[in-house]
Amino acid sequence: MRARVVAMLLLTPVLISTALGVVYTQHVSRSLVVQLQEQKQGRDDLNIEWSRLLLERSTWATHARVERLARERLGMHTPSFAEMEVVRR
Amino acid sequence: MKRRGDAALRIWRNRSRLLLAVFALIGCGLGARAFELQVLQHDFLLGQGQERQQRVVNVPAHRGMVLDRHGAPLAVSTPVDSVWADPRELLANKDAWPHLAKALSVARAELAARLAEASEREFVYLQRQVTPSEGARIAKLEIAGVHLQREYRRYYPSGEVLGHLLGFTDIDDRGQEGLELAFDAWLVGNPGQEHIVQDRRGQMIKRLQSVRVAQPGRDLTLSVDKRLQYLAYRELKAAVQRHGALSGSVIVLDVHSGEVLAMVNQPGFNPNDRGGFRKAALRNRAVTDVFEPGSTMKTFTVAAALEQGRVTPLTSIDTAPGRLRVGQHTVRDRHNLGVLSVSDILRKSSNVGASRLALAVTPEALWSIFSRAGFGQSSGSAFPGEASGSLAEHSRWREIEQATMGFGYGLSVTALQLVRAYAAIAAGGVLPEITFQKRTEPVEGERILSQRLAAALTQMLEGVTLEGGTGQRAAIPGYRVAGKTGTSKKSTAGGYSDDRYMALFVGFAPATAPRLAAVVVINEPGGEVYYGGQVAAPVFSKVIAGALRLLDVMPDDPRVFQASAGTVGDAS
Repeated sequence: MRARVVAMLLLTPVLISTALGVVYTQHVSRSLVVQLQEQKQGRDDLNIEWSRLLLERSTWATHARVERLARERLGMHTPSFAEMEVVRR
Repeated sequence: MKRRGDAALRIWRNRSRLLLAVFALIGCGLGARAFELQVLQHDFLLGQGQERQQRVVNVPAHRGMVLDRHGAPLAVSTPVDSVWADPRELLANKDAWPHLAKALSVARAELAARLAEASEREFVYLQRQVTPSEGARIAKLEIAGVHLQREYRRYYPSGEVLGHLLGFTDIDDRGQEGLELAFDAWLVGNPGQEHIVQDRRGQMIKRLQSVRVAQPGRDLTLSVDKRLQYLAYRELKAAVQRHGALSGSVIVLDVHSGEVLAMVNQPGFNPNDRGGFRKAALRNRAVTDVFEPGSTMKTFTVAAALEQGRVTPLTSIDTAPGRLRVGQHTVRDRHNLGVLSVSDILRKSSNVGASRLALAVTPEALWSIFSRAGFGQSSGSAFPGEASGSLAEHSRWREIEQATMGFGYGLSVTALQLVRAYAAIAAGGVLPEITFQKRTEPVEGERILSQRLAAALTQMLEGVTLEGGTGQRAAIPGYRVAGKTGTSKKSTAGGYSDDRYMALFVGFAPATAPRLAAVVVINEPGGEVYYGGQVAAPVFSKVIAGALRLLDVMPDDPRVFQASAGTVGDAS
């Protein structure tokens, strides 16, 4: 009888603390899930931004545009063969 | 007294029994109900509960990128949102309609009609593929029954330049045409599924398990060089416009690896603009359309004659008077070219000479070389809709057919087959294996000509682009170019047309150590000028000149070094 009481007195706080532990880990896991969601959202946002920039870059760097700018603004032209020097190594 | 006591006791006993019975009944009732709920209806109720809390959600997976050989993006899937609604919920929420219609920029009446039509369903798309920022604006309205779904939309930064080669995907991001279709299984992402618990507002609380892991698509690196592609596109488009042609194609091949470095067609289409597709402009004519190759076949007729030992490049053939009767038919040259050497037959492109050579060899020998060069069979590129052309079995040839085969009539080829056959000559007689993917290790093709024969043909083909040849305009300063012009009459219902032509040029450079082979096809040039040497050869020259410069290929024309010696420092 005495042994039982002692066991109960010892186990009750253990029970309570594990119960609290369960609640706590639940809470932690939920907040981690929320964090995970946020991170995924962040990743998606960065992906969106990246592909937007990629497309923007390729729009600005279209060969047609670069060529037009080189010709019109910088007055460049494709050298004719007479203007080229062939350097042999 | 005793009787009264007995009676009272009996009543009390009866009452207590009744009470017990009532309690027992209640107990039984509760037990039965508990049994019903816990055992009989357990699955149903559990299911109902889970249905309210647990969901299986799709995890989208994006499609792989398509890159050029240097890693420049050619097709990219970017995330977009699709707006969908549960009409049953949204129909009950009419106040929100005006806001929603405004956010979606559709007329209110149209929105109402769409919802009314779908009122029996649980799911209807309101708008597919809006930009993420528009999606966020709609989400902010917090309208009950309106939801967003993550999807991917394909963008093609190069637009029309790579339209035919890449093809395009449908709204569900599955390949529909071109390489998007050919490599769909490689590129496609497999969406995953997750089992989650969510709260009342639909926020995920807990991930129970992953039903299927999402697998994003793999990237595909093409053999195409974006710079060469643009160059070919620009020159072809300009030529098609200048000559008022119906259509045209250009292919540039690496002669050793068989990699397709550029492939363009006109008319083109912009794969980003799904609404504006015209059916005729979608075809990748370079692989799907066949034509009679005309004079470009003479090279292989000469090859057959040389291979059989009937002639040498210097053997004289009399083509006078520019006509040759074969049975009831007559083969004609444009002018009387007199006595020509075998090389001159290619240089001047004589039909009579080519017919004589074709008739000097056995039909089997001629057929064999055409067949070995890949005509009449698919090139194995695996491009969707690739045509294999036609080459009749030699046992069925009549004499006139054997003669006309000699200058490229009576069989049909694709531009890809033609350039591949010339690439074989350039590569010393080895027919390259065509690929659209970047090669990491060399693939040995099949030998179709001896090295000596290939070298002899190369030397003769160089004559075509020199002074006095039909392909002078294909010449590139600083480089030696080998190639062949072709001007084939188009066949119509009643025979061959007299005013509809295909202008062709196919060749390779530099002739001393070939790197690139290219074909230019201009279909029905509209003006007075329609010869392959006038219409197609200049396009070849411009494209290959630019390509050789971009690829840093050393000039191989010995005259360069003599000429440039005098102009040192004169670069202004």
